[in-house]
Amino acid sequence: MRETLAGTGVMIRLGLRRDRWLLPFWIAGFALISYSTAVAGAELYPELGSRVEAATALNATASMVALFGRIYDPTSIGALSLIKYTAFMTAILAVLMAILVVRHTRADEESGRLELLGGGRLGRDAPLASALTISLGANLALGLLSAAALTAGGLPSSGSLAFGLGWAATGMAFSAVAGVAAQVTASARAATGFSIGFIAVTYALRAVGDLAEPGPSVLSWLSPIGWNQQIRAFAGDRWWVLALPAALCLVLVPAAFALRAARDLGAGLRAERPGPSAGSLAGVWDLAVRLQYRLLLAWSVAFVLFGVVIGSLVSNVGELLNSPNAQDLIRRIGGQAALTDAFLAAEISIMGVLAAAYGVSAANHLRSEEASGHTEALLGTATTRIRWAASHFAFALAGVTVLLLLAGVSIGAGAASAVGDAALVGRSTVAALAQVPAAWVLAGVALAVFGWAPRLAGMVWVFLLALVALGEFGVLWNAPEWLMELSPFRHSPLLPVDSGAVPALAALTVAAAALAALGFAGWRRRDLTA
Amino acid sequence: MDSVVEMTGVVKRFGAVTALDGLDFEVAAGEVHGFLGPNGSGKSTTLRLLLGLLRSSAGSIRVLGLDPWHDVAALHRRLAYVPGDVALWPNLTGGEVIDLLGRLQGVHDRARRDRLLELFELDPSKKSRTYSKGNRQKVALVAALATDAELFLLDEPTSGLDPLMEDAFRGCVRELRAQGRTVVLSSHILSEAEALSDRVSIIRAGKVVETGPLEQLRHLTRTSVTADLAAVPPGLDVLPGVHDVVVTNHRVTAQVEPAGLGPFLDALTSAGLQSLTSQPPTLEDLFLRHYGDISAGDAAAAVGTTTGRSGVPRPGLPGDGGRRSRDA
Ligand SMILES: Nc1ncnc2c1ncn2[C@@H]1O[C@H](COP(=O)(O)OP(=O)(O)O)[C@@H](O)[C@H]1O
Ligand SMILES: [Mg+2]
Repeated sequence: MRETLAGTGVMIRLGLRRDRWLLPFWIAGFALISYSTAVAGAELYPELGSRVEAATALNATASMVALFGRIYDPTSIGALSLIKYTAFMTAILAVLMAILVVRHTRADEESGRLELLGGGRLGRDAPLASALTISLGANLALGLLSAAALTAGGLPSSGSLAFGLGWAATGMAFSAVAGVAAQVTASARAATGFSIGFIAVTYALRAVGDLAEPGPSVLSWLSPIGWNQQIRAFAGDRWWVLALPAALCLVLVPAAFALRAARDLGAGLRAERPGPSAGSLAGVWDLAVRLQYRLLLAWSVAFVLFGVVIGSLVSNVGELLNSPNAQDLIRRIGGQAALTDAFLAAEISIMGVLAAAYGVSAANHLRSEEASGHTEALLGTATTRIRWAASHFAFALAGVTVLLLLAGVSIGAGAASAVGDAALVGRSTVAALAQVPAAWVLAGVALAVFGWAPRLAGMVWVFLLALVALGEFGVLWNAPEWLMELSPFRHSPLLPVDSGAVPALAALTVAAAALAALGFAGWRRRDLTA
Repeated sequence: MDSVVEMTGVVKRFGAVTALDGLDFEVAAGEVHGFLGPNGSGKSTTLRLLLGLLRSSAGSIRVLGLDPWHDVAALHRRLAYVPGDVALWPNLTGGEVIDLLGRLQGVHDRARRDRLLELFELDPSKKSRTYSKGNRQKVALVAALATDAELFLLDEPTSGLDPLMEDAFRGCVRELRAQGRTVVLSSHILSEAEALSDRVSIIRAGKVVETGPLEQLRHLTRTSVTADLAAVPPGLDVLPGVHDVVVTNHRVTAQVEPAGLGPFLDALTSAGLQSLTSQPPTLEDLFLRHYGDISAGDAAAAVGTTTGRSGVPRPGLPGDGGRRSRDA
């Protein structure tokens, strides 16, 4: 074995031990979702006629195609049941894999853990090699188990295998992307941010590519998530497409190792420039802004771009009026409202969930600051615990509000320019702002977890993903009503928002405030823990 | 008010782990107090309790007459803290961190800050990410020393500093004492506390086992001497303050108290000294010798030392260490 790889086996065992709950949880989660979807799909569309009707309606709805992609064989029960899984769940899988790889490479480097181990007999490439090996194993297990679950759920075994291998190969491709990101960026946070940004761009590429007539255009072929859809599991099973993510791995993995060789432990590829020798930060609020504004800026740019694009899709809605099924579908997603409103409402509620994700990530700064030991130095000064925690939490709340304001204005602007109705800007802005309290609730959950069970901060993400999955697939899974009612997103008012929405908004705000108070109370009385 | 820090019967449990087990600790106003103990003995836990970063499971704690858990802001305006593990924001420069901590503390003396930066030869315009451990330590030290605090709690403040910087640090501590401020500095290195402290407390397994002026604890500070001689003279073992004499051919090893060093070296010199190495005792040696538990007691017996009953700390008296000679 090469010298630089010494200790890879030890690192793999260590990594598997650290992730002994996380990985089985993810893998079992994806397999279970696959199984229940296969079963539910067969119940929902028992005959060919209903299948073709639903598939045709979906393919004719631009927003659905943009979000989820196309169904390439309207008669296929598998392609229809799993429409939301080839892109949407794949993106979630990609995010998880990126987090996994960064966690075992760059984050360890930052915390000094690797330096500690490097003093022993640990080769330079061992962390990256072990992280990629673990993620390869996890992806294969996840893909094969899901394939088995789909088959067990009654779908054809060939298509199930194509689908499962698609997940495995795409997950691995994004692991390799994260492996490269971990080398070129200067911190774990930046590496995760870069990877998630890359995933978002590939998602958007295929959205635009899939919308082309006749789709998919070359843009879909530029995106690893697009490749996964072009495998067309249950609709032709094009095995050769699997070669694309495999080839990407064969390029990126050696590149990551080459980049690792070109830099020092702990450093990014770019050398650090000196900064100001005197500080202008006057207090904890300034510090929170300094630590968080970059992330908010990045999200803001993404929100504006995404908002304008999906807002302008509204013009396509009119073309669907001759398809009663499409109308029905849109109405069911958006409530009993006019079609344009329903369309915008669906887009805006997605933005609400994304803003909540930002809120969680901003509020979780509390935990990452504490765990990295920064908080200890701060609390040694005359700053109180509450003041410090309030600074990051307030930034999270403000950030959520800014993002949804931007989302409302840009979706409205996109829609207004597409259909020539300026009033849409105001309507969609109000509707987007109505999503703020639900997103605050999620930030409140993060603060409550920080106050009472700081080591479980990562579970807030799992909670959010569970809420999203429940909202997306709850009906499909026959989830009980009370469980679905637990989700704050379900109580967010939909467009058009009027004074009738006030009680729900007030209730959500009170819930967020109660969670925050709970979190502060826990934080006030617990030990500082690394 | 005489006592700046008063801890009585303090217990701190982390789940099943008992980090502090009935700790009594007292620091008088205006003194430099060395807080000594091996790794994991509970030094950092004690200091974090004094800051209200942790909450005690039992016992009473007063710092500057205040309760550190309830009167956080009022207390912290009057003290400065350097954590044992200094972690800085990778994106901020050292200068930014120092100024931020200074402003949060409430005192911001630019002149003093700049003087300290020069003294510690720290470049404040570098991003924290690029600092070595020693430089991170310097950032925290400058931030703390630039304040106007009455009480300084320093957790292993010299770890990572090179000897020159350690000297600079000692100068600063002496300056603080001259100004009548109180300093608590923890360490697992005996010689470090020796150089600075008026009094020391020794903590072991969550309990303070010795406290007093260093002279009173002289029996703790035996130097280990190894010498090669032309011929070993008789009677080395009866010299005052000389213990554990072991002779192997022409080589002598012994543990010598500071007061006994002169006569012992004279005796060696007149016996044709050919080579000499001496080592200050490590804390581990010391614990083995004075506070040995069962396993340490066995180990100590093997090297020819008597120990107290297992698990019971026994205050050592000068000269009562087991004396043996020529047993090789
Ligand atoms: N947050 C914690 N959780 C569990 N155990 C801890 C925690 N902090 C300290 N300990 C334990 O308490 C003991 C004392 O630790 P510490 O005060 O850090 O020692 P020192 O600073 O003297 O090296 C050790 O056994 C350590 O493992
Ligand atoms: Mg310590």
